[in-house]
Amino acid sequence: MTDIFFYIFSITALACAFGVVFSRNTVNGAMCLIGTFLSMAALFVLLEAYFLAVVQVLVYAGAVMVLFLFIIMLLDVKEAAARKTSIYTWAASLIGFGIMIVGVVAINSAESIKTKAANLPVAEGVNLKAFGYELFTTYLLPMQVTGFLLLIAMVGVIALSKKANTP
Amino acid sequence: MDINFIFLKFVYAAIVVSVIMGLCSYAVLAERKISSWIQGRVGPNRTSLPLVGLIPVLGPFLTRLGVFQPVPDGLKFLFKEDVVPGHVNKFYFIMAPVISLVPALTTVVVVPFGRIVTEAGEVVPLVLANVNVGLLFLFAISSLSVYGIVLAGWSSNSKYPFLGGIRASAQMISYELAMGVSVLPILMWVNHPGSKGTLNLFDIAQAQNGFWFAMWMPLSAIIFLICLFAETNRLPFDMAESETELVSGFHTEYSSFKFGLFFVGEYAHMVIGSCVFTLLFLGGWNPLPFVTIDMLGWGAGYIGAALSVAIFLGKMCGMMFFFMWIRWTLPRFRYDQVMKLGWKVLLPLSIANLIAYVFIIYYLETSL
Repeated sequence: MTDIFFYIFSITALACAFGVVFSRNTVNGAMCLIGTFLSMAALFVLLEAYFLAVVQVLVYAGAVMVLFLFIIMLLDVKEAAARKTSIYTWAASLIGFGIMIVGVVAINSAESIKTKAANLPVAEGVNLKAFGYELFTTYLLPMQVTGFLLLIAMVGVIALSKKANTP
Repeated sequence: MDINFIFLKFVYAAIVVSVIMGLCSYAVLAERKISSWIQGRVGPNRTSLPLVGLIPVLGPFLTRLGVFQPVPDGLKFLFKEDVVPGHVNKFYFIMAPVISLVPALTTVVVVPFGRIVTEAGEVVPLVLANVNVGLLFLFAISSLSVYGIVLAGWSSNSKYPFLGGIRASAQMISYELAMGVSVLPILMWVNHPGSKGTLNLFDIAQAQNGFWFAMWMPLSAIIFLICLFAETNRLPFDMAESETELVSGFHTEYSSFKFGLFFVGEYAHMVIGSCVFTLLFLGGWNPLPFVTIDMLGWGAGYIGAALSVAIFLGKMCGMMFFFMWIRWTLPRFRYDQVMKLGWKVLLPLSIANLIAYVFIIYYLETSL
């Protein structure tokens, strides 16, 4: 049962991801990205990481993508014309693809990954309380650094959008 | 997971969805009746069914109440000509009404509408899926419903719907923030140190055996209620529609059943919104503050369960009435006023409210 759902949602996630890359219409691309986020949330549910799944939908599909769509509609982006891809783009994408292949092979061949499901440690993200506790004790520094990064972005936006000659 | 269990869940889901749809159709009738009473009119009072309408006293009475009106209203949506204008983006034009209705019906899954005491003395919620992250799930799914409006506005490919869609997306993003922050004090109170840690709507409702949260967190309740009006796009926040400025906003180009889906979607959002407000702030199925059904002695067995559902539905209908009452009493905000209220009043207020309750709850937990 779970396997069937896993295959369904993996396929939709991949198909939507391809849709994002290949669609020329920006709205189509944005909708495909939402599809990817939703299928990934479904995969999180299959991993029993319910909190992560819900937050994925709430933040990415519910808020970030609405803003994306809002901007796309506001700027009225026209369909991108078929452009000739430059040699640098080709090279960069081939190198990126190669690195991805190496990464997948490295992960799959690592011995520590191949533990049986029964031997795995209990994930801390299952229970909401445990999740919050871990976030504010063990992983406090990464969380604060991330928050600081977002703060920098926010200050940057305010600085850029402010007019230069305001008193 | 055997096949019977899955089949049973399907049946339960079908029952709950059909109840919600029935509530929606009668909410439309209630809206028409209440608006007419507020404006000193009679409202729908002619429609009657062939046989039922002929029963001596009861028939004319029901006809005058307009009880049969939802039937022709629904049939009208079904049988009118379905026009798809030539200049629209067909795929998204047809998808948009569906996208706006589906999230509303999906959120029903985590809404408990009563409780039952089992033989073993356990209190069990009457809910389709009793998940730990219920409240967040509800927020997450209902935040998806904005896509229906945005896509409808965009795919219609004409000026007024487009403006409606833009306004709706801006408004819903703005008020979602204040809404999320305003419920945090409740979650802090329910998840006090030593509790198991939950965002479950059932546990939140059960935590209101004494004070209802509307009584001891009134500011949260008011902010949440205002945001609820904005999120359901009801007057005074119906920026997406605003008939007097935008013809009828995002659904200008829609006709017949597609318009019907938008229409039902709005009422479904209202039903769910009322349910959530009742659960979070109005004590769920507790009849009065400091009085539970168990105290009255009717809490056990199926009678207690039915009573809890009845009380819950009663409170929910009261909230629905409040929604309609506001709609026919207050005029619409201007767009800049909506934005100002959201960002400059409600958001700072909800954050201040959160900080104040951090200190209050800390004081109560440590010194009492």
